[in-house]
Order: sequence, then C-alpha cells, then structure tokens
Amino acid sequence: MRLIIQRSLVFMALLILLTGVAYPLAITGMAQVLFPHQANGSIMEDQGHQIGAYHLGQAFAGPAYFWSRPSLTGDTPYDGLNSDASNLGPLEPGLIEEVQARIHALRGLEGQNPERPLPVDLVTASASGLDPHISRAAALYQAERVAMARNMPLETIHDLIETHAQGRWLGLFGERTVHVVSLNRALDHRYMGGVTGVSTP
Amino acid sequence: MTMIALAQLLIFTGLLLLLAWPLGLYMARVFSGERVLLTPLLKPVEQAAYRLMGIDPDQPQGWKSWSASLLVMSLVAIGFLFLLQMLQGWLPANPENLPPPAVHSAINVAVSFITNTNWQNYSGEVTYSYLTQMMGLGVLNFLSAALGIVVLIALIRAITAHGTGHLGNFWVDLVRCHLYVLLPLATLLALVLISQGVVQTFSPYTKVDTVIAHAPADLQTGHLETLPTQQTIPLGPAASQIAIKQLGTNGGGFFGTNSAHPLENPTALTNLLQTLAILLIPAALTFTFGRMSRNPGQGWLFLGVMLTFWFTAVAIVTATEQMGSPRLEVLGVDQIASSEQPGGNMEGKEARLGIGQSSLWAVSATVTSNGSVNSMHASYLPISTAVIMSGMQIGGPVFGAVGGGLQNLLLFTLLAVFLASLMVGRTPSFMGKPFGMAEIRLATLGILLPGAAVLLGITSSLLMPGLTDHMTNGGPRGFSELLYAYSSAGFTNGSAFAGLNADTPWFNLSLAMVMLIGRFAPMLAALAIAGYLAQKSATVDERNSVRTTTPLFALLLILTFIVIGGLGFLPAQIAGPILEAVLLAHPEAF
Repeated sequence: MRLIIQRSLVFMALLILLTGVAYPLAITGMAQVLFPHQANGSIMEDQGHQIGAYHLGQAFAGPAYFWSRPSLTGDTPYDGLNSDASNLGPLEPGLIEEVQARIHALRGLEGQNPERPLPVDLVTASASGLDPHISRAAALYQAERVAMARNMPLETIHDLIETHAQGRWLGLFGERTVHVVSLNRALDHRYMGGVTGVSTP
Repeated sequence: MTMIALAQLLIFTGLLLLLAWPLGLYMARVFSGERVLLTPLLKPVEQAAYRLMGIDPDQPQGWKSWSASLLVMSLVAIGFLFLLQMLQGWLPANPENLPPPAVHSAINVAVSFITNTNWQNYSGEVTYSYLTQMMGLGVLNFLSAALGIVVLIALIRAITAHGTGHLGNFWVDLVRCHLYVLLPLATLLALVLISQGVVQTFSPYTKVDTVIAHAPADLQTGHLETLPTQQTIPLGPAASQIAIKQLGTNGGGFFGTNSAHPLENPTALTNLLQTLAILLIPAALTFTFGRMSRNPGQGWLFLGVMLTFWFTAVAIVTATEQMGSPRLEVLGVDQIASSEQPGGNMEGKEARLGIGQSSLWAVSATVTSNGSVNSMHASYLPISTAVIMSGMQIGGPVFGAVGGGLQNLLLFTLLAVFLASLMVGRTPSFMGKPFGMAEIRLATLGILLPGAAVLLGITSSLLMPGLTDHMTNGGPRGFSELLYAYSSAGFTNGSAFAGLNADTPWFNLSLAMVMLIGRFAPMLAALAIAGYLAQKSATVDERNSVRTTTPLFALLLILTFIVIGGLGFLPAQIAGPILEAVLLAHPEAF
C-alpha cells in the first residue's frame, strides 16, 4: 500500500508537469506564434479605435441600429464577465412576459412595420448572452426601419446585410447568420461618409 | 426535422465513424504495447516515467491491486485539486486576484473533476485563477479520462485472459493513455480551435470600446445613452483546456456558459469538431474492444447499439425543438424554419448553431458523460428534456464516459446474457467464459447503485425547507431542475438545468457524494468482475451459448438498459417533463 501511495504521488507530480504546465505552455506558445490575433480575443480595430472582440456581440438600441439578440448578462446587456441565459422553460410566465415586452419594444420603433411577424431569434435570449449574430430574417426585419432612421436607401442597407452575412461552413454545418457588430460599424461608416462628404477608407 | 438538419446528422455520423475506426485500432496497439508512429518520440519519456515511479512495466497486477491503485490515485488527485483551490489567492497566475471558493464548493469541484463529472456550480471566469484552471482542472480533465479508459482496458484483458488473473499494469496503461492518446489528440484539437478564435493566452482580461462609443454624433441620442461604451473581454488559456474537456468526456467549461460562450465555441467548425470530440473516444473504444478481444463483430454490435439509441434521441430532440413553442406562436413570433432563419425554439440557443447543431450536441453530451452544453437545456421543450434526461438515466451504456461507457455496456451485456440464458436454459457465458451468481451480483450493484443514489438525493432534497428559493422555474420544470441535477451527478455527466442555484453546502456535499457513488460503484464492480473473469478460461463452446453478435441480442441489450433506466426514473419523469408536456399542449388540462 505504501508503494501505491508513493507511486500515486510521483505520478501526480509528473502529470502536473506534463499536462498542467508543459501542455498549456506549449499550446500557448504555438498559439501566440501561429494565431496571435485569434488567441488574444480577436480584437477588432478600425481607424485606430478598438471597436470590440469579433466573437462577442454588443448591445444596440434605437431605430438607427440593427438590434442584437436579447441578452441577460446581469444588469448590463452583453457584459463580457456575466455570460448567462434565462434558463426559463417554455411554460414559465416570466419568459412569456419578457418576449411580449421585446415584441412591444421592437414594434414600437419608428419606421418599424408592426404587421410583420417577428423572427424568433430576435425576441429570444441566446445561451451565452454574448451572441454576435442574428438570423438573416432578423436583419431583414429591421432593414426598412434602419434605412428610414438614417435616411439611406433601402438597397444600400440590403447590400450591407449581404456583405456581413455568413453562410454555412461548407454549405452544410452551422446556420446562415448576419454579424451584427460589424454590420452596424459598416453602417456608421457609410453614414459618416454621407454626412461629411468624405469617403471612408 | 429539416432536410439540412438530417443531412448534418448523417454526414456527422459518417465523419465520426471515419475518425473512430483508425483511432480505435491505434489505441488497441498502444495498450498492447505494440510499436506505433509516435513510439520513437515518446518511448524515452515513457521509460523515464517508469523509472521515476519505480515500475517494472512487465509486471501485471491482479484486480485488487488494480482497484487499490485506482482509488489511491483518485484520492491523491482530489486532495491536490482541493488544496490548489483553497490556496489560489496566494499562488501565481491569478491576474484578476480571485479569492479561494467556499470549502464545500471546493470539495464539490475536486470530486466533480476526478469522477469525470465536471459539474460546475461556478463561472470559471469569475471564480478560478489561470493557475487553478490549468494546473488543477486541466490536469484532472486528463487524469479522470485516462482512469476511465484504463479500467475498460483491464476489463477487456480479463475477458481474453487465459485463467491468469492478470489485468495488465495499471501504471503502464495510465502513462501510455496520457502520452500516446490524450496529449496528441488534445494538442491537435486545441490548435484548430485557436485558429478559429478560441482564446489561449496568459494576459489579463482586456477592455475594449464598443461600436456605439464611436457612433456618429447625431445618432448619439437618448436610446444609446444607457448602453455600455466599453466591454470586458474575458481571456485565459482556454483552448488547451477545452480540447481535453471534450475529448475526455469531461465537459467542464472554461467560461461559465461552457461551449455556448462564443470565445469557447466561436464557429460552425469549432462546433463540429467539438461535437466529434465528445463522441470520438467512446466510439473508438468499441473498435479497440473488437481488436483486443479478437472479436470485431462484438465491437460492431456495441457500436451499433450505441448509434441506434443516440441517433433516435437526436432525431426526436431536433424535431421537437424545430416545432418551437406554442406559447410564442400565439404572440406573432415566426418560428418556421426557412432559408433566412433557423426558426424553432431559440430561447437559450445561439444563432450560429441553430436548432440542429444544438440538439445534436445536447444529446451527444448527455448520453456520454461529457455534459458540456452549447445551448441551455433548461429552456428546451418538455419532450426534449425528457429525452435528454433519459440519455443520462439509462446509466451511461450509450457512448458514456470514455471507457466507462463501454464498461457499463459490458455490465448490461452480462445482465442481458444472463436473462437470455435463463429463458432458453443455457449456461450464461460471454465470449466463451462462463459466469454465475458472483458476476451478476456485482453487475447489478454497479448498475443500480448510481440510480439509487440519485433518487435518494432527490428525495432528501425535496424534504428540505425553502427548496424552491434555489429554483428559477416553478411547477414541473422546477422539479426537473432537481431531477436533472442529481441525474447529472449520479451518472457523472455534469450538465445542468442551470436554473438551479446549487452552490450551497447541502447541494455541493450531497451532489459530491452522489458523484462518488456514480463513478466508483460501476468501476469497482467492473474491476471485481474482471478479476473473476481473468481467472477463468474460455471453456464454453460458443455454439451452446446465447449468441451476442446478432441483431436480436442487440435489441435485447437496448431493452435491458431502457427497462432498467425507465423503471427507475419513469415516476420522476412523469412528475417533471411529461406533466409539463401535457400542460404545454393543453393549458386547461388541470
């Protein structure tokens, strides 16, 4: 038995060195050399500003921006330190009330056609609360409103949605989505270009 | 179920088989001590490890010595992880200055990670230092997986042993499992994950501006004023840990929302690879079994049984979730799948993953003991939650834990053979080896003890005053939160109906106890059975015994674990998801 205890302790020490120190250090080293951008959070920079991390969504409001999916990350939506979901079942009255409130808020926006059925992903909270995507349906649902609020032609908005839309991987895995953060940033570019008369790079 | 979801599922199954087959044969060579591609590179490391531990690699052990080694090794690991958590405030690699967790929480986590459960009552990004995640949780992700695999290997050796009583050498198997199987696979997977955007760094969390911080001045109206202009990006050595969390059926996430978190599972490709990784080793071990026992047909039968149950469950959950919630339909929400949207029940699911990839993951991670999530099971529709919970409650014979799954399927096989032999009046035997009362008693104990511990845990929790204060949902789903938590612990899964606030002394300690029983009862039963079988020779002419490679036997085997799991948990399921399904379809029912 003493021998078993001794071997367990030695093995534990070896394992800590190998899988707890050498392995993560080696992976980190390779990551920082091969994929430094991704390994450090895929931070997006634009015109000298950091404007977010590519894979994390952000909160938007008002008629002039495409809204992200509802986020339940504590008191602040899209709080990177509070990734969370509702965890409510379909029967829970709280869930129905929240969805109703979201429908009300979206339909109440100026320029929003209140008759259009709402794409489900736009009124339900994601699993992480940090979902950077919406479905194409959810983007198209908001297109007219955004065009009106920014006084931009609807075709421009549709073009931008297409630019920031993503297909399935190999046409098969995952879903077709629109990246809300980069779409809204591109909108702001166009908008500022239009107002100042200076074209954006 | 949409056409694209069906195509995804079929191609996924094909990919799984393509990867599992060579890996299974490779593992058979590794554990038989044959030369493989990595031998020249790793042999010196292997030899050095044996020297340091004072092992003669050719000296086999019997089942008692094996079990003692397994238990002592597990205890040492529990003690190490407990101490590391309690001391993290004074140790390096803690850039966010996180304090130690509560003692009951630390005990729960230590037990949780050695039992391959990886139940999490915490959010990694606000609880554990990089050091604890990497040297503690990361190391036990490897160790608990390896322990599961080597016990299965011992059981396979016992089935083919010629009356020697020998199960091989525990330490040799353990060393080889880490060096030749887990580390190379984890390294490959981690690098691909990083290339897709999973973080891997020791830098502290970083703060970035948001898009609206640089919005055009005339759009900065009232709407935007309440929104944050900065966002904190959580970082850390995540990819290295996520790779082994998936490969080793561990499932404990680096971040709180596990693989739903976009920095843990950012793209469709990472999701595909992680789902494959969840099932890969459990599927591959059926080929390892076929090769090592020189009975490939038996390995195929086991794989077929697993695939049948899994595929059916995935299909039911996908179809259910795709229908969406009738309660949202009446509000004017469009839940119909089209080329523009996934539709369906999207509460608690990510847009990039949709219904098909979330349902596939939910079933794959619960029939295995993985328990990671890429969507929130607590928001699934009732029928789906019933299927997901059954995936755990059948007791882990369908892929299950790495090693533990096939081990449990072998226990069920002994039961099924016993039943069939009684029916037709033959001597119970498996692969030529007769077995009797002793083996059946052990198999029954190994199968029934985890379920009994789960039900006892639920019953005692129901007697606690103020129980509902810990729940997010009311009614039948509140009860399901409890049913899910103990099932998850007892069948060492680790996923949760995250609505239950389980970070209390009662839940932490009772769940830890249930996890210990759920992990070690079947393991020790299997080792004891291995001890008996290894002392016997294959004396029964297989023509005179129940054949275990026929479709008929496959059916009997599936029925055996469904009936045992079903009988134990049907009453509880009726009070939870089944009642809820009735209420969802007929609100006026009561």
